[in-house]
Amino acid sequence: MESIAIRRKLTDRAMTGLFLFAAILVVAPLFLIFADLLWKGAKELRWSLLTDLPHPVGETGGGIANGILGTLTISGLAMAVGIPVAVMTGIYLAEYGRGWFASIVRFCVDTLAGVPSIIMGIFGYVLVVLPMKRFSAWAAAAALAMIFIPIVVRTTEEMLKTVPHSVREAALALGIERWKATLFITVRTAWSGIVTGILLAMARILGETAPLLFTALGNQFWQSRLDGPIAAIPLQVFTYAISPYEDWHDKAWAGAVVLILMVLSISMAARFFTREKKWKP
Amino acid sequence: METVNSPILKITELSAWFGANQVLRNIAMNIERNTVTSIMGPSGCGKSTFIRCLNRMHDLTPGFRLSGGIVYDGTDIYSDPIDPVALRRKVGMVFQQPNPFPRMSIFENVAVGLRLNGKNMPKSELAGRVEQSLRMAALWNEAKDHLSRPGTSLSGGQQQRLCIARALAVEPGILLMDEPCSALDPVSTGKIEELIEELGERLTIIVVTHNMQQAARISDFVAFFLMGDLVELDRSAKIFTNPSDKRTEEYITGRFG
Repeated sequence: MESIAIRRKLTDRAMTGLFLFAAILVVAPLFLIFADLLWKGAKELRWSLLTDLPHPVGETGGGIANGILGTLTISGLAMAVGIPVAVMTGIYLAEYGRGWFASIVRFCVDTLAGVPSIIMGIFGYVLVVLPMKRFSAWAAAAALAMIFIPIVVRTTEEMLKTVPHSVREAALALGIERWKATLFITVRTAWSGIVTGILLAMARILGETAPLLFTALGNQFWQSRLDGPIAAIPLQVFTYAISPYEDWHDKAWAGAVVLILMVLSISMAARFFTREKKWKP
Repeated sequence: METVNSPILKITELSAWFGANQVLRNIAMNIERNTVTSIMGPSGCGKSTFIRCLNRMHDLTPGFRLSGGIVYDGTDIYSDPIDPVALRRKVGMVFQQPNPFPRMSIFENVAVGLRLNGKNMPKSELAGRVEQSLRMAALWNEAKDHLSRPGTSLSGGQQQRLCIARALAVEPGILLMDEPCSALDPVSTGKIEELIEELGERLTIIVVTHNMQQAARISDFVAFFLMGDLVELDRSAKIFTNPSDKRTEEYITGRFG
């Protein structure tokens, strides 16, 4: 009797410990990666990293300012196109999609979400680079949008499905047209969740490298046009990392720190949007 | 056209089906203007289905079908020229569970119907309408200092009164209430009942309830539904003291239901 109780207690402790261990195992790499990046990138982490153009091999200093601007430009373009299309598709699926067509759309979106990102790069190359006969921010944005859109469609749909049916009924009973009720009441109710999905998808595309290889190409200088080769942080990190030069390796580490900080701050913004808004009287 | 004394609603031979399942059978009744009518009956008797026919809430329910006539102020509400959206502005509804819009303040909850119905009114007029609606719903004194708080921060009973204010803001002629007190405690229930009696002087109210005492307290008329049939409709006093139908008598004396 006594011993059974003790054994149960011990088993329970052991299992709890096992679950906790698994959770630590999952979280640890993030801290290891971040610490490693900081350690190796420390040499090149200076203010000019954010403000200067890349310097030639052997020359100290220099930054990835054009890459930062390029990444923001490409992601911004992808999102400008992607957000309205993806959110509206999500609304269609959650609020109107009942029949066979919606099922097909849902299946295609899921498939799209699973397509490897290098394929999206080839898509951008074939559909935009070849006809325009040049590498461009447009092509890169098209490739990134194809990654961004399926994520946002599905999170938007899921978030709208969490809105209780009673909210839609109440809106309808007030004599509000369905599209207005959907847009100004249902979507508004789910809005913080939708924004979170957008931010997480944004964090995802910021760091994408493969889709940019055949589209943005990269650039050592400022690029003021959207129809020419443009720099991006992941591309610069990639170029620096595979180079044979020691000082470029340091810069690759520093660039990676900048990238991960951007992603981290966006994730934190996403947390901010989903936090439970408790009313304190 | 219609005189003030003629019924606001004339319902004739109303039958309704969900798929093959008939839930209402040949309902015929008139609803008098500025009265409170309770729809009473055991669960599953078609009470909710019935009042949802009156503002066409079933329109989007797959498999729902209806025959017969519902004439509101001389117009059949299921006839072609009637726009269900416009109809619902004249026939408001309050639900069983208080359902204020989440993420909207108390003020916005009341104002949203006016705003989204394309009525562009100056801010001061809108504020006036919100105040008037909250006063009619007996919530103004409790809420006037917290209009920017979320509607969901109110207590359950206050939330239900907020929903009543929201429905009143678009100035309906008829207010449908689907068991408005069944999710509330006795004190909140008392307040809502008082409110129903007050509002009944100014507009037509149809309340679904399975609480006989409540029906007796608040209504001028009581309709007793059973298995999709309207058994009896009469003045409240008559129903509870001297019902014409044996089934009504059995129900109110607690022999079934």
